[in-house]
Amino acid sequence: MRLITTQLARKGLLVLSRVAALPALLATSAATWAAPGDAVVDEAQRWVLNMTEGVTAVSREIFDLHMLIFWICVAIAVVVFGVMFWSMLMHRKSAGAKAASFHESTMVEIAWTVLPFMILVLMAIPATSSLIKIYDTSEADIDIKIVGYQWKWQYEYLGEDVSFFSNLTTSQDEIYGRAPRGEHYLLEVDEPLVIPINKKVRFLITANDVLHAWWVPALAVKRDAIPGYINDAWTIVEEPGIYRGQCAELCGKAHGFMPIVVHAMEEQDYSDWLVEKKKEALEIAKMNELVLPLDEMYARGEEVYLQSCAACHGVDGKGGVGPSMVGTAITTGPMQGHVDVLVNGVQGSAMQAFGNQLSELDLAAVVTYERNAWGNNMGDMVQAVDVLNYKKNQ
Amino acid sequence: MGDHGPAKGFGRWLYTTNHKDIGTMYLWFSFAMFLMGGVFALVIRAELFQPGLQLVEPEFFNQMTTMHGLVMVFGAVMPAFVGLANWLIPMMIGAPDMALPRMNNWSFWILPFAFAMLTSTLFMEGGGPNFGWTFYAPLSTTYAPPSVTYFIFAVHIMGASSIMGSINIIATILNMRAPGMTLMKMPLFVWTWLITAYLLIAVMPVLAGCVTMMLMDIHFGTSFFSAAGGGDPVLFQHVFWFFGHPEVYIMILPAFGIVSAIIPTFARKPLFGYASMVYATASIAFLSFIVWAHHMFTVGMPIAGELFFMYATMLIAVPTGVKVFNWVTTMFRGSMTFETPMLFAIAFVILFSIGGFSGLMLAIAPADFQYHDTYFVVAHFHYVLVPGAIFSIMAAVYYWLPKWCGNMYDERLGKAHFWLSFIGLNVTFFPMHFVGLAGMPRRIPDYALQFADFNQIASMGAFLFGFSQVFFLFIVIKTIRGGAQATDEVWESPEGLEWTVASPAPYHTFTTPPAVK
Amino acid sequence: MQHEQPTGPLSAKIDLRRLITRLVAVVVGMFFFGFALVPLYDLFCDVTGLNGKTNSTAFIPATELVDTSRNVTVQFVATNNEGMPWEFRPEIFKLSVHPGEEIETTFFARNPQRMTMVAQAIPSVSPGRAAAYFHKTECFCFNQQLLEAGGTVDMPLRFIVDRDLPTSVNTITLSYTLFDVTADQPEQVLSAASVSMASYVNTVTP
Repeated sequence: MRLITTQLARKGLLVLSRVAALPALLATSAATWAAPGDAVVDEAQRWVLNMTEGVTAVSREIFDLHMLIFWICVAIAVVVFGVMFWSMLMHRKSAGAKAASFHESTMVEIAWTVLPFMILVLMAIPATSSLIKIYDTSEADIDIKIVGYQWKWQYEYLGEDVSFFSNLTTSQDEIYGRAPRGEHYLLEVDEPLVIPINKKVRFLITANDVLHAWWVPALAVKRDAIPGYINDAWTIVEEPGIYRGQCAELCGKAHGFMPIVVHAMEEQDYSDWLVEKKKEALEIAKMNELVLPLDEMYARGEEVYLQSCAACHGVDGKGGVGPSMVGTAITTGPMQGHVDVLVNGVQGSAMQAFGNQLSELDLAAVVTYERNAWGNNMGDMVQAVDVLNYKKNQ
Repeated sequence: MGDHGPAKGFGRWLYTTNHKDIGTMYLWFSFAMFLMGGVFALVIRAELFQPGLQLVEPEFFNQMTTMHGLVMVFGAVMPAFVGLANWLIPMMIGAPDMALPRMNNWSFWILPFAFAMLTSTLFMEGGGPNFGWTFYAPLSTTYAPPSVTYFIFAVHIMGASSIMGSINIIATILNMRAPGMTLMKMPLFVWTWLITAYLLIAVMPVLAGCVTMMLMDIHFGTSFFSAAGGGDPVLFQHVFWFFGHPEVYIMILPAFGIVSAIIPTFARKPLFGYASMVYATASIAFLSFIVWAHHMFTVGMPIAGELFFMYATMLIAVPTGVKVFNWVTTMFRGSMTFETPMLFAIAFVILFSIGGFSGLMLAIAPADFQYHDTYFVVAHFHYVLVPGAIFSIMAAVYYWLPKWCGNMYDERLGKAHFWLSFIGLNVTFFPMHFVGLAGMPRRIPDYALQFADFNQIASMGAFLFGFSQVFFLFIVIKTIRGGAQATDEVWESPEGLEWTVASPAPYHTFTTPPAVK
Repeated sequence: MQHEQPTGPLSAKIDLRRLITRLVAVVVGMFFFGFALVPLYDLFCDVTGLNGKTNSTAFIPATELVDTSRNVTVQFVATNNEGMPWEFRPEIFKLSVHPGEEIETTFFARNPQRMTMVAQAIPSVSPGRAAAYFHKTECFCFNQQLLEAGGTVDMPLRFIVDRDLPTSVNTITLSYTLFDVTADQPEQVLSAASVSMASYVNTVTP
């Protein structure tokens, strides 16, 4: 109970103090309408009022359907609200209006039941035909499996041995306002999905953990990703370009931070990209084969350590020219920080960047060794492929 | 026997079986929940005032969106309507009280416990429910915070309260009408509540079953919603929306009844098309059971399913349209005045229709692939719930408050409250249509830069709307404490038995049934 | 309220008892109905092909004739659910089959962990309307799969594409998601693994 109350107090105070700071926040930002230093959004994009027409036949058809229904609604609204406002204006008591006493008319009531029904039928016809087009199941040129993860997307080009993750690249500094926000704030990824234009691309969508939904407005594709089940959708993009979307189903903490970027390119460019990607995939596969158990990794790491590190850090890890490595924040801290120091070195110190000096496998081995030798006993390890990924993603 | 007054002290409220006392408690409880849910909403809007994370972390943000939805739906709107039903239905049908007064007491008094339990989860390890008010599995089962069990139990209690309330209302309406009050002579508020009560009895057990299945999945090793054991996460959505869609009509049908009472009074003209209003309400209730999967157009249903749910959903526009046409025709050639209840009622008709139009757009399955889970949906359901449910409740309070407490509210203040709310709500929710269409997903704590301007406007509107409700509280308290004496009729010859009793309504009314012509 | 009712405390008590019995029966019935929902839903999905659910027990083929005039592409997709470290992939990504013909293929799985694990594969078919026309006569998804540390297995799958498959469907994707169900296993299953596993691997690997 005490614990709960303290937590309550702490959380409440935190939120309260921040809400209290809101007027100040308002004052600073109202002048510029955005935090200082942020990328300036194109004036046309700032006040977008409508759905995008998109770059596929389906998206244009959906746009037209949307506009059709919208204008029908506007027309109905004008008539109904017109009568209403006219009555409010003309049939006011203060204007001397005397109330009539009619209160039913079967004819009128039937009319305004039948008429809306007919309007609905008119709406249903194009809606049905669009839906049938969207549900087309003809053969596709390219099949891509999309897997939603908390909180990133994985794309797998079926039959091509190409598969990669697509992560948000917007930095925490931008999100927390410590750095100016870039043009594609929250809508940028390390590796976009690449597809060719004018080819039928079929998406097979599923999820690894919770529900997600893959949505790119310009393609008019939105499909839920459901763990254990597979959903399909397709598109034929007509214009090369970069199209951005976001996860559209609440999937936990970072739901707002798993964007989708589709890079549609000319067919030739796509083939080139695919060849390049396959080469890379081969490289990764080779690395992958070198997944070693902890004891082998440890042994290999010891060799590397003695050769490249012991001169500074001592054979027993207790330091020398360089700092001790026994129980330190690096060797017993988060894995990522440890890998980072080895790959990039420490600026302003004697610690070099070993990223290009040692192979990924050796880097992984030495990290593993350092975390488990001299009583550090972290029990964890890192593989070559992880180091490769780390280098690629930084 | 006879005209004994209420007991003194706290015991009066704890042990009361009087429909007026219980109605009052429901209304105050709902207002408290309305303010609490409003604070949650303001936390959301404050965070969304600017791009970036300033005030809260995404985890807490998700708890806020979830709790805002749950508290507003189950804590504010539903208890408010039950409170109005308690106060008004016996007086409208000439009954001395509700049919099951002790159960009435119980169905109210379990609610504060349910909500105390629900809100206490915010202070637990791992935080409160963070999976959205629709709590889709597996985010709400395998991946839920430990407090989800409290959430499940709270929902069970709310469900029990609603079911008991509904049984009471049905029993009262069917058995306790004054002689001569045939079904087709009942005020529309009574009719809409009768239908609502049937909806509640039909779907609340489904919700209870849904959360029970979650409970089994979480604690007892079943796999209703997990594919690994042969279950299906989509099953959750089917069960939830089978409850959820009738639920949204539960929150709007009584509002139809309220508006149908207010508009004729201030147009000084009988309601147009009473019978068609009743039939339209019944058709909406029936259709609400066969449209649930329009919330799930993107889960990958077969095309036959998509078409069926699209057509069925579009059909709802017909009876809803009939209602709007009837209200407009009631105003047509009337002799209108625009007191606060009428202003709220007119705003209801206009803004609810706008919400209806966006609902019709959402019903179109291919277009829904673009709208689904964006701010367009958020705009849509806030347009039907805020000016729909909330405005109708406010209209009802202004309309019947003089009858309840015997004092007239201050018309100038009431109108000021109306205009502040009206402007605040439109500034808040109208821009959401735009950002939704432009591609902003819902339930995100941070957004791309091109959505910044409209979000900023929406946040400012939200604070205006929020603070004008504190003003509403002030007006209500001021009215209860004093003000011009209300006449028994209060308004210019309004329809209904409740206006035949004194203002304020005595503690016991219609101990001998009135004669209805 | 015209009908005659027996009066007196005794009959009221009997009435009450009957009412209570009925209400309790309803409550109990609803409780079990909740559990019946899963098979009912499965039945519903089988009938409608909703969600791409396929049969979960072996299909007994009637003597089907092979429709050699038609080719259907069948794709195989393998996905690991969260926390499932196995290597899991189809042996062949894509097959061209004639409706009515019985086809056999395999999926490969390897357990890289240093412990025995049990997995359950969950099938799903896309497009969903093809699910009702995709019959598995033998499938590794009918049973849970157990693999020792470092163990590998080729898991068989035999299926028939129904001759009545709508002509608009040219491609069927069969997806398997592998779930880790080790935690749900009783201890002795895992400890007895080493013995039974050896023979199992021998039977399924040619």
